[in-house]
Amino acid sequence: MSLTILNAVVAVVAAIAFAAANAAYLVWAERRGAGRIQRRPGPNVNGPLGLLQPPCDGIKLMTKQLMIPGGADKALFMVAPVLAMAPAIMSFVTIPFSETIVAHSMNVGVLMIFAFASLGGMSILLAGWGSRNKYGVMASVRAVSQNISYEVPMLITVITIVMMAGTMNLKELVAAQAGGIWNWNLIPSLSSPLMPVSFLIFFICSLAETNRAPFDLGEAESELVAGFHTEYGSMGFGLFFMGEYANIVIGASLITILFLGGWDCPLGLFPGVWWFLLKIYMLIFSFIWIRWTFPRTTIYGLLNLSWKILIPISLFNLLLTAGLLKVF
Amino acid sequence: MIKEKMIQALSELFPDPEPIVEEPVVEAAEDEAADDGKKKKPKKKVEPPRVNGVLERDHAAHGYDIDVQLDPGELLAAVMIIDKAGFFIESITGVDWIKEKQLESVYDFSRYDHDLCRIVVRTRTPRDNPSVPTISKIYPGASWHERETHDFFGIKFEGHPHLIPLLLPEDADFHPLLKDFKP
Amino acid sequence: MSGPIHIRKDETFTLNVGPQHPATHGVLRVKMEMDGEYIVKAETVLGYIHRMHELMGENRTYPQVLPNLSRLDYLGAMGYTHGHVLAIERAAGIEVPERAEYIRAIMVELNRISSHLFWFGAFVMDLGGFTPLMYAIQDREHILDLMEAVTGSRLTYCYFRFGGLYNDVDDDFINATRAVIPMLRKSLKKYDALVTGNIIFRKRLEDIGPISAEMCRKYGATGPVARGAGLDFDVRKNEPYSVYPEFDFDIPVYHECDSLARYKVRMDEMEQSLRIIEQGLDKLPDGPIMPKKKPKLIKPPVGDYYQAVETARGSFGIRIVSDGTKNAYRFKLRSPTYSNMSLFDEACEGMMIMDALAMMGSLDLVIPEIDR
Repeated sequence: MSLTILNAVVAVVAAIAFAAANAAYLVWAERRGAGRIQRRPGPNVNGPLGLLQPPCDGIKLMTKQLMIPGGADKALFMVAPVLAMAPAIMSFVTIPFSETIVAHSMNVGVLMIFAFASLGGMSILLAGWGSRNKYGVMASVRAVSQNISYEVPMLITVITIVMMAGTMNLKELVAAQAGGIWNWNLIPSLSSPLMPVSFLIFFICSLAETNRAPFDLGEAESELVAGFHTEYGSMGFGLFFMGEYANIVIGASLITILFLGGWDCPLGLFPGVWWFLLKIYMLIFSFIWIRWTFPRTTIYGLLNLSWKILIPISLFNLLLTAGLLKVF
Repeated sequence: MIKEKMIQALSELFPDPEPIVEEPVVEAAEDEAADDGKKKKPKKKVEPPRVNGVLERDHAAHGYDIDVQLDPGELLAAVMIIDKAGFFIESITGVDWIKEKQLESVYDFSRYDHDLCRIVVRTRTPRDNPSVPTISKIYPGASWHERETHDFFGIKFEGHPHLIPLLLPEDADFHPLLKDFKP
Repeated sequence: MSGPIHIRKDETFTLNVGPQHPATHGVLRVKMEMDGEYIVKAETVLGYIHRMHELMGENRTYPQVLPNLSRLDYLGAMGYTHGHVLAIERAAGIEVPERAEYIRAIMVELNRISSHLFWFGAFVMDLGGFTPLMYAIQDREHILDLMEAVTGSRLTYCYFRFGGLYNDVDDDFINATRAVIPMLRKSLKKYDALVTGNIIFRKRLEDIGPISAEMCRKYGATGPVARGAGLDFDVRKNEPYSVYPEFDFDIPVYHECDSLARYKVRMDEMEQSLRIIEQGLDKLPDGPIMPKKKPKLIKPPVGDYYQAVETARGSFGIRIVSDGTKNAYRFKLRSPTYSNMSLFDEACEGMMIMDALAMMGSLDLVIPEIDR
């Protein structure tokens, strides 16, 4: 009994630490990456390669006063940032980093992650609504319609994969792809010839779900000032920021698990956590790359893309896979 | 080409044939310049007030081609002619002629095509009650220019839908470009 | 895609875009009545940095006002001082040596490129792409260095004098400019490949923010806004001044009337400006840069003088009413963005806010120049 509690505490602490460390150092990576892309050095003053920049930022954010705008809904205003961070951390609990490193392997792991991911949209809505700012309200309405419309193709794609593997346990999903790159879901097989397309859809949807450019309409700083976190300063803003990066890590992990064979080596040799980390950081790098390369879409362009292109294609893929699974 | 046409069209606003004659002041100045070579305009104060009418100007010397002076009442008619001929509005401004106790509002129109012709329309109103009809119904772009001129000179543009300060503060009750303005 | 479906008058709210807003690039405020994301009605509020340059023009002598002109538009200051010196030269009848005219044209065109480059970066930033700004600023930096070496300032130039220039250019400048031209050509090609073809970029600009030729005429829009509406209007060609008739260059005109057309006009204009600079450097005659005979005190004869020049933003007009003294009796500045911006209220009605702000970016606003 006590061992289970200890286990749980260790798991939660590890998840929080991993999320926080990732969030902090992804900010650094993003800024350095942006610097490289934009022909400038990026943060390079604090510590070697500017590696001490994230702690400095953290200290600055934590020591700043938390301002609550007059007329704001205090409860919602305070709850929203926590709600942005908490589901992200919760999702880490069930993500398998390797065969053994997983806090709690659940039979409904996929379902749980998507349930918590939907809560992220909630926090944006509460933040925008609670801060009594017109830009915030507009941004939160945008973000919610965006989250809803991108969850649909995302889930349809996941259903396709779950159907193929016959499980919702993330560990078993990876196990189903073990053995080398030819077994990964990314590679088209007889039963699912459209898998690369699904991968693309899922990738686009994770960009949209994490509110990353070119789908960062929730914070569209050139239109809506800072979107839903316009009124947030100090650690309230910090939590949103960390939540965003934690969500990116989860998105990248999900792509890795669902399509890229999790902790498996492309050649089937030495599977382990390093392969998992390598894959998610490569994906995160591509997220950063896309952010600093593309302009922002419009809200109607975004919704059109989801409802008119992604959902029909993913539905077709679902039907095709279902039919082919019956045949083969 | 368009210049002659516009002079013709605008001259019809002035049934009086006499204003088409070249401005006497310019000729007088030129005469004097011819008389004593270097000293130009020793007595420019004598110039008589300009009569309403259409004047043809040298573009190279003044930067515009047609110079029309008219009463505020004829302004709309003139602007309609100009609008019909396809001119665009360049600017509206005022000039405070404090000695003559008059405020002049000046309208510049120009063309997009290569048939260059800039028309300047001037109209003068008494300084104590300056009022000119608005042309913002014909040229919506005049709205801002008129508001600006109202800010700076206090010229009232009759019929303007939204004559509130544009560049000056919302509660400004002064007109900084009047010559008797004390900051 | 844009256009309101149903607007209920009782369900709108007012959104203040500005005076401090990232998209307005300065202190401009647009009071928007919104129906969700759609703009029902917009009213621009100006005057946050109004400095009354016109009054300063009246109570200072003509040379004293010269630095003021470059404070109108901090991105394309050279064109505005050019307008002022041309107006005074026209009024006072001052002859300008040929070499000075050529150097002026080169400087104005360099400044036009630097202004357009900055606009390019800022415009793509308005659309959410940050990176082009950094690239554009780096290229602009080369031009600013060139101009700083000759004029002594980086943004607010006071380089032109009545009748000539403050400083002659040397061989270093000429060689450096010759070296910069191919580099800029390469960059322009790169921008075209990186940005113009981007599908998101095109989707955000194509058929968005229509400004028709008739609308331009009614509001007096000039410059790239008019040229993007299919109007072949450029003061350099329509009302030639300085040595522009000597140069062989084209006026880019696009007939689509949308934001993309305005973008393309400016991108092509940079290419044309490079052509002018090249020709100017080739043809640059020797000789003095100030006239031999120049009145000590500038007192234009009584009269009313107008001078229009093509600045980076459009047709800049300057009207000087002289009473024969050393101060102007009336000093009117007709700034191009003022007219270009005045059509925004009408043009953005019924648009979505993000499209409207993209259109605002395509107008190339410099607020100090609107407010004067």
